Amino acid sequence: MSTDTKSYDQGLKGWLNSESPESRFHAQMVQLYAGWQSLVANRLAFLGFMIIVLLILVAIFAPLLATHDPSIQNLKSTLLPPFTDGHILGTDDSGRDIWSRIIYGSRITLFIVALVAFTAPVFGLLVGTVAGYLGGWVDTVLMRITDIFLAFPRLVLALAFVSALGAGIENAILAISLTAWPPYARIARAETLTIRNSDYIAAIQLQGAGRLRIILGHIWPMCMSSLIVRVTLDMAGIILTAAGLGFLGLGAQPPSPEWGAMISSGRQFIHDHWWIATMPGLAIFIVSLGFNLLGDGLRDILDPKKAQS
Amino acid sequence: MSDAVDTATPKRRGSSVPLLKRLKSLITVLFTVLLTLVGLLFVTFIIGRVMPVDPVLAIVGERASQEIYDAAYKSLGLDKPLMVQFGIFLQQIAVGDFGVSNLTARPVSEDILRVFPATLELATVGTIFGVLFGVPMGVMAAVHEGKWQDQVVRFVGLFGYSMPIFWIGLVGLIVFYGVLDWVGGPGRLDVYYEDIIPVVTGLILIDSLIEGDLDIFWNAFSHIILPASILGYYSLAYISRMTRSFMLEQLSQEYITTARVKGLSERTVIWRHALGNVMIPLITVIALSYANLLEGSVLTEIIFAWPGLGSYLTTALLSADMNAVIGGTVVVGLIFVGLNLLSDFLYKVVDPRAR
Repeated sequence: MSTDTKSYDQGLKGWLNSESPESRFHAQMVQLYAGWQSLVANRLAFLGFMIIVLLILVAIFAPLLATHDPSIQNLKSTLLPPFTDGHILGTDDSGRDIWSRIIYGSRITLFIVALVAFTAPVFGLLVGTVAGYLGGWVDTVLMRITDIFLAFPRLVLALAFVSALGAGIENAILAISLTAWPPYARIARAETLTIRNSDYIAAIQLQGAGRLRIILGHIWPMCMSSLIVRVTLDMAGIILTAAGLGFLGLGAQPPSPEWGAMISSGRQFIHDHWWIATMPGLAIFIVSLGFNLLGDGLRDILDPKKAQS
Repeated sequence: MSDAVDTATPKRRGSSVPLLKRLKSLITVLFTVLLTLVGLLFVTFIIGRVMPVDPVLAIVGERASQEIYDAAYKSLGLDKPLMVQFGIFLQQIAVGDFGVSNLTARPVSEDILRVFPATLELATVGTIFGVLFGVPMGVMAAVHEGKWQDQVVRFVGLFGYSMPIFWIGLVGLIVFYGVLDWVGGPGRLDVYYEDIIPVVTGLILIDSLIEGDLDIFWNAFSHIILPASILGYYSLAYISRMTRSFMLEQLSQEYITTARVKGLSERTVIWRHALGNVMIPLITVIALSYANLLEGSVLTEIIFAWPGLGSYLTTALLSADMNAVIGGTVVVGLIFVGLNLLSDFLYKVVDPRAR
């Protein structure tokens, strides 16, 4: 039995290491496996990967991990230091358990990250590839608009958007996405310009493919790897911006356990009760470090020629 | 082939054709910048109009009668079409008129001139910090590529990228001011030093030196050192990483091998030859990170009660002081565009190949 599994293992490994893949799926799997191996080999990147997996697991199993209800106030046990009365990280000024609030806060962070990661890069990709492929006045107009948004400092523009739209987590996400797309458009355009005159695009054009089909089906996939690297590296910045907005009272509104807002409310007690503001900050730091480590490693793996920049 | 052509028609330096070309490219650049600026102003203008705050009510108050409201509505030009309003807005900005702040009851331009030196001082000291530490770290990482020094520099950089600046500011205040008492607290000066020296540049570090008052200089220094090094750490992360990659590129060039073969010391090769060539792209990077510090200082200024542009802007936003918000945003955007342009220009001045 055991020898059987072993031979199967080797068979699978052999299949994954195959140098002559038999199908498209096979080739993709081989590539994925090679990527996975270099990820595991790069210790720091793997650490970052584990941190993000941990974040996702914590968000999914929040009700199991939390020791208390994150929003129940208990005025008998306010401002308790860590490790008292079953409060692992202590309590805040309303007697809410900080550990449980951080656990539930991971859901908000993940929500922000996921929404921004699925909106801003897609919009940037669309603008960049259309500008790069069509060229001419479309390119000029789209790139001017991109430059205008790039010229704004991110946090200031996000602040202005949020105050125009009204404070709240949805508007904060919208504001962050609105400020985050220009770099992706730039990258996608640069990639498109190098691709658009290549032979395989000419071949598809001769087969009669339309512009939309070429852009979506044949240019987008080529832009993916550099875009993924950039998105992963940007995630840390997005988390920090969201936390900054929360800290300023413009993001997630209390009593929601958003980490930035928790720091903000703990700020007034920081001289005597340091843990209220410190703990959520540590959570933000660990998560954004995770994204940075992974992004840094992914750059080496997916983009060897640009690994040094 | 091309050599033959070159010798046949020697290059005419300083002839009228390149001059015309240069003028043309200058005009193109100016036009692009102007277009970007107008776009910037348009976005700001639209944000100001979408704002769910009624600018009329902010002036006349809630109990004003309908006639007074209508009169104020007209005097603000709100009855005109949006594009006409934008034109008026542009005209006012062109002469530096951002209107009056509801909060301070003073012209916004005056307010900005008052708060800007504080931001400038903080960002400048921060950038100096970032360059002083970031460049040597980047060089070290490149020279020891793949070794532990490289890993340490990389990790220090990633740490800097991952740190919530407002949180590390709070923790820094607690540790270095609250517990250890090594640095000054929030604000630019201790209370009893405030408003003593005359304002010349608005930069207290320089003003106090002009006045020859070393006590105030050291006090201001003790106040700026913590926020500036926190901001500087952020730019250190960026500068060291870019220095590393530029250095790696240079160190693999053949002229470096030549220099080594000639028997030059490793120190001369690295710090004179390689770093000398890296300086040019590095200027762009430093200018960009300088511009970023002006933005990053929004949160730092709030934590350290630093009376700069960032805290002015945020206070204005939170109290819906529209003129101040637009003025502040425009100024920050202008600085951004200006510094980008300046770094492009410096690049061309320093690097003959880019001309």
